[in-house]
Amino acid sequence: MSKLKLATAWLDGCSGCHMSFLDMDERLLELAELVDLVYSPIVDVKQYPDEVDIALVEGAVSSVDDEKKIRKIRAHTRTLVAMGDCAVTGNVPSMRNPIGPQAILERAYLENVTAQAQIPCMIVPKLLPIVRPIHEFVKVDVFLPGCPPSADTFHAALTALIQGAPLDISALTRFGA
Amino acid sequence: MSTDVEVKTLLIDEKEVSARAGQTILEVARENGIRIPTLCHLDGLSDVGACRMCLVEIKGSPKLLPACVATVQEGMEVSTATERLRTHRRMILELLFAERNHICSVCVANGHCELQSLAQEQGVTHVRLPYRNPELGVDASNERFTLDHNRCILCTRCVRVCAEIEGAHVWDVMGRGINSMVISDLHEEWGASSCTRCGKCVQVCPTGALFDKTKVGSDHPKYPDFLPYLNLMREAR
Amino acid sequence: MNSEELEQIAETVRLENAKFDHQINVCMGTGCLSQHSDKLKDALSHAVAGQGKKCLVRRTGCMGLCAAGPLVLVDPEETLYQHVKAENAEAIAQSLGGEPVEALQCSLREHFDQQVHIVLENSGHIDPERIDDYIARDGYKALVKALTEMTPNEVIQQITESGLRGRGGGGYPTGLKWSTVAKAVGDMKYVICNGDEGDPGAFMDRSVLESDPQRVLEGMAIAANAVGASKGYVYVRAEYPLAVSRLTLCLRDARRRGLLGNGICGTQFDFDVEIRLGAGAFVCGEETALIASIEGKRGTPKPRPPYPASSGLWGRPTLINNVETFANIAPILRKGGKWFASIGSERSKGTKVFALTGKIKNTGLVEVPMGIKLREIIEVIGGGVPGGHKFKAVQTGGPSGGCIPEELLDIGVSYDALLKIGSIMGSGGMIVMDDTSCMVGVALYFMEFCMTESCGKCIPCRAGTAQMYTLLTRISNGTGTMDDLELLELLCTTVKEASLCGLGQTAPNPVLSTLKYFRHEYMEHIVHKRCPAGACVMKAAEEALA
Repeated sequence: MSKLKLATAWLDGCSGCHMSFLDMDERLLELAELVDLVYSPIVDVKQYPDEVDIALVEGAVSSVDDEKKIRKIRAHTRTLVAMGDCAVTGNVPSMRNPIGPQAILERAYLENVTAQAQIPCMIVPKLLPIVRPIHEFVKVDVFLPGCPPSADTFHAALTALIQGAPLDISALTRFGA
Repeated sequence: MSTDVEVKTLLIDEKEVSARAGQTILEVARENGIRIPTLCHLDGLSDVGACRMCLVEIKGSPKLLPACVATVQEGMEVSTATERLRTHRRMILELLFAERNHICSVCVANGHCELQSLAQEQGVTHVRLPYRNPELGVDASNERFTLDHNRCILCTRCVRVCAEIEGAHVWDVMGRGINSMVISDLHEEWGASSCTRCGKCVQVCPTGALFDKTKVGSDHPKYPDFLPYLNLMREAR
Repeated sequence: MNSEELEQIAETVRLENAKFDHQINVCMGTGCLSQHSDKLKDALSHAVAGQGKKCLVRRTGCMGLCAAGPLVLVDPEETLYQHVKAENAEAIAQSLGGEPVEALQCSLREHFDQQVHIVLENSGHIDPERIDDYIARDGYKALVKALTEMTPNEVIQQITESGLRGRGGGGYPTGLKWSTVAKAVGDMKYVICNGDEGDPGAFMDRSVLESDPQRVLEGMAIAANAVGASKGYVYVRAEYPLAVSRLTLCLRDARRRGLLGNGICGTQFDFDVEIRLGAGAFVCGEETALIASIEGKRGTPKPRPPYPASSGLWGRPTLINNVETFANIAPILRKGGKWFASIGSERSKGTKVFALTGKIKNTGLVEVPMGIKLREIIEVIGGGVPGGHKFKAVQTGGPSGGCIPEELLDIGVSYDALLKIGSIMGSGGMIVMDDTSCMVGVALYFMEFCMTESCGKCIPCRAGTAQMYTLLTRISNGTGTMDDLELLELLCTTVKEASLCGLGQTAPNPVLSTLKYFRHEYMEHIVHKRCPAGACVMKAAEEALA
């Protein structure tokens, strides 16, 4: 049996979910027996592959780049997993929603800056008016809430997904876990 | 004690149980180890039947009844966990999560929140509804406690404990519908209100809407279990 | 007061009226007053006096055809004039005893011929501010009869026999309600008249209270005696100032005539009525919220049971009926329950007052026998859709009701028939829509109403209506998806089944009924980003242009 292709990606998040993923420690080696990590912030691949079996996506959709990325990932992925609260609910990135992106930009780039205060128009992608969870843009197959989901949660969920076994998410994790 | 207690026999989830006349379905279910989820109900406070989490099905009736206020009837056949009820409970929880800004991960009640644990219990892994992201305030004017409207689910436990147990009636609800808000006195700052600082409202609040300022991070367990004992002691006097 | 004294008053009024050759009735309901019918009445009085005519110019309540106001009815010729202005006064006075003023004549025979007036029998014929006018038209005969010739049980028996059902919208059998309250045990019982009419487009209760307030009081007094109550409340919206002032006058006069107070008609029966004003909350039309409001609390509903019949106002047994229900009581007692039951359809007896509004020619108030076809109400009585437009739907039951398409217009109006097709009888609002109305827009309008009028107590209604409003807004402006539609339908089920009171339980009805009969309009908005009626502004298209 050929190995499944696994991808991980981050949008607007803190990378904490990836850290928790790495916290699987020696179990990562078992995992490596079963899957190929074909795309991830922690591997050196720049292009999202055409066909991915399982993608774990961390972070909320906050900018035009995020939106582009998640649509691309969805188009080339069989099973899309929303990894962690930001991806599932919007979480901390969505805390700016009641006040809007402009207030955030001004606070970050004008009010708190002593030299060359200006709102960047290059490199930093344009922010969307509202930060939203992934499933408000594309169809999500598995929701894995938690901030971050624990290494055990990752292990149990991935094992089930790889084996095609039934998966009871609520037994593993919850919002804010 | 009176001996002529009228006994009713009924079925809850196909289990035959007996109850005293006048008992609510919720009481009887709990006495018999059947768990019905609740949110606005709290032992020791009057019931308002508002959260609709405890809705149950009664055989022969098209209407769903809130178990916290519906009383038992002879021969009643109650179902507490049908697929129809589960669907409504999940939707109600999703409605709550989408209504205000419940950011569990940074909430003082994380890990001690009834809304959070109910969501897990009922299998809510995400919210299908669009988040409303309202802009809501935080009232930190009281020197001991804080009210964060972002986390409030309007269960009115605070309103009831303050009016019924403390006797101060500082809390009430203002506005209508989606704009409803818990307010102190006639919409004064909490710190400037007639609040007695007893802290009962904080203990009964199911979420992180009311919290003690000395608690940091997500270390804020609450202890609402004192209420029935308090009531018992008062009745005894 | 006894029946001889009533007859004496009636005779005095008749003699008074007989002094005049003609009577000019000027509608001074809210609709006509808004077009200065008060000035018109002054001008008419002035004109007949100036021309030395023996004519009585009388203020009356609503004549029904509000679209043609101000209305003037000349008796005994029964000439109806429409759109009358103060400057027409001289001409009308001139015409008395001769040919009518043709230019002003309203010749809508078919509008009136199909109607049966029970509730509105006095509207437009008596001065609502004169109790003696009411007495002269058999007023308070029923009360005297109930008090002196009948036992409370016999009264309830007559009401039960009549088959009268609650006119507030629920359609609960009135006789059954009365007997439940009569049987309930309490040191004190109350009767409440629900005049918190809040449905958009509905003004039946307002009109009855403005045109014939004594009839409502008589009904309440009969009810109070039958169920053993001694105190009554009329809960009426503060938005109905004219109804409130006429009701206030009417209470004063009834007390003066000994028809309210202690020992009414020389019996042991004590009964008095107070007016309570609603503060503008739609949900206070729901009986438990209304009771909370009278008690001085926040107007929010409570779970039932216990029903008000066993534990209502201040925990006492309470009878709550709608204005129109009470207005039916006196005629039923006068003419007998059997007579009432002979009118109407199988399980819906008597007549129903409807407020016709929207895209219809003869906007106004109509009273029709139950069982009449909707088509007849709209096309014959209502005069059809004006401006060459095509009929699309009729909305009954206000925000709790549904939209009925053309192909179902041939059903007879009854509680059960309307419920079966996904609408409700409701209190009597009837909003007609033509091909310029977008059904998604209609659902959105009613959802906005329910969202802002939700009391906020229970979650499904508070948050559910707001979510449905958001989803409907998306669909209406062309940004909605099929997922949104699916969510909307799921929400409809939960809000309908899980809400605490009638407001929430029925809030999804406008969405459900438009989805049932006009699903293609939703699909057009979602799939083709286009509003078939051309009523919705498409956001995507607008953004593309900008």
